[in-house]
Amino acid sequence: MPKKGTKSKEVDNAPNQQENKLPDYLEVQRTRVVCNADAPIHTQGYQYSGTFAAMGVDNSVSVEKFCKNFKIEINRLTEDDMEFDMIGIDASIANAFRRILIAEVPTMAIEKIFMVDNTSVIADEVLSHRLGLIPLRADPRLFDYISENDVPNERNTVVYKLHVSCPKGSQRITVKSSELEWLPEGSQLSMAAPAQSGDKQKTFTSFSQSQKEILEEPLGVKFKDITIARLGPGQAIELEAHAVKGVGKVHAKWSPVATAWYRMLPEVVILKDIEGDDAEELVKKCPVNVFDIEDLGNGGKRAVVAKPRACTLCRECVMGPNGNQVELRRVRDHFIFTIESTGALPPEVLFTEAVKILEEKCERVISELS
Amino acid sequence: MEHGSLTDSTSSTFSIMEEDHTLANSARFVLNQDPRVAFCGYSIPHPAEKKVNIRVQTTGDAAKDVLKDALQNLMIMCQHVRGTLDNAVANHRAKNTTAEQMDVDRK
Repeated sequence: MPKKGTKSKEVDNAPNQQENKLPDYLEVQRTRVVCNADAPIHTQGYQYSGTFAAMGVDNSVSVEKFCKNFKIEINRLTEDDMEFDMIGIDASIANAFRRILIAEVPTMAIEKIFMVDNTSVIADEVLSHRLGLIPLRADPRLFDYISENDVPNERNTVVYKLHVSCPKGSQRITVKSSELEWLPEGSQLSMAAPAQSGDKQKTFTSFSQSQKEILEEPLGVKFKDITIARLGPGQAIELEAHAVKGVGKVHAKWSPVATAWYRMLPEVVILKDIEGDDAEELVKKCPVNVFDIEDLGNGGKRAVVAKPRACTLCRECVMGPNGNQVELRRVRDHFIFTIESTGALPPEVLFTEAVKILEEKCERVISELS
Repeated sequence: MEHGSLTDSTSSTFSIMEEDHTLANSARFVLNQDPRVAFCGYSIPHPAEKKVNIRVQTTGDAAKDVLKDALQNLMIMCQHVRGTLDNAVANHRAKNTTAEQMDVDRK
């Protein structure tokens, strides 16, 4: 038996359920960037929740709505790069993730060089800079930041040694990054001679235990074939390199990504049917083959959009006399996000770390406000 | 740090140190989604200074609470993004391993 109460409730809900729709041209302005031959239009979008309040359309993105609509689809995932579609998110937040990935996700990189001997042609400072840029295979999450007054210890410093020489009378040699040797016990260079013969030698680090005991895997360099220097006969390099944890905004050597970027999903719309020779011309015009020909029978041909994702927005198809038959658009809340890791962490972990960092930022400001 | 008037809590400017567009632009987006907000915007007074000013004017509630709610919402959104990515990665891996197994079977 239908209850009276439920029935009246349905009537109450009716105006809410039946969502008002924006007219088509406004919906395009709201959800798409239209790329005309001269310049893109509607680039700004409508952020304010009450933009269309007068028309009874809710422009807000509440948390519930966001959680319902947000989607991630992975297109490619390898050891050090990934591409995925992030759907239903605003550019401001997607951009925050990108900025954090480049500048604020920490990694380990060589920061201090103790040069014992360098008779190679490459200058000390140039050699040091080159060493700094070498991607290290060391998980930054296992280490602490070191501040100026901190003593280097097993929790905040990774020590590498480089000791190569080219014997006299032999061929020139190339020093590769594989020559960098990890020293789990810390520095081997003594700061000064011990005061008493029984004292332990004071070195540039004070490790209380071997890093082998606190780390599961041995550390090293990510790529073994990076050229560091070349040595002629009789030349030698001996140095110790101390790697510490840092972020990309201090120096790019700490950036965990070669780069991270996104692009909005291209959408190519044929406004009027393009047939015959015009279709052939359109297919030929596009350098990335977005369009294809559909056979209509009896030798009739019509242009169709086959690969909109390949569109690079060269706008060749919207220029010229037949340009008004095609419209190029970008979907405002659909991002094709690409992350290229330099190797310290896999790309999916980097993204998770970036999201966590944004959360931490929010948390910090909330606690400051309370 | 908050700059507002003592009598009117509905409009304030929040000065946040050690932050940049990353947080401020996201916060502005979330604030704009809140129907209680009448106006909000942010500025970086000087590019060499690590500081952003976020201006919030509301229709009646305290600006501080509205900003706090917005940041809370941003955190929830981040958590959801993280969960969604983890699921997507797990699905992708599962799909790829089954595909590989099928290849092996065919051989």
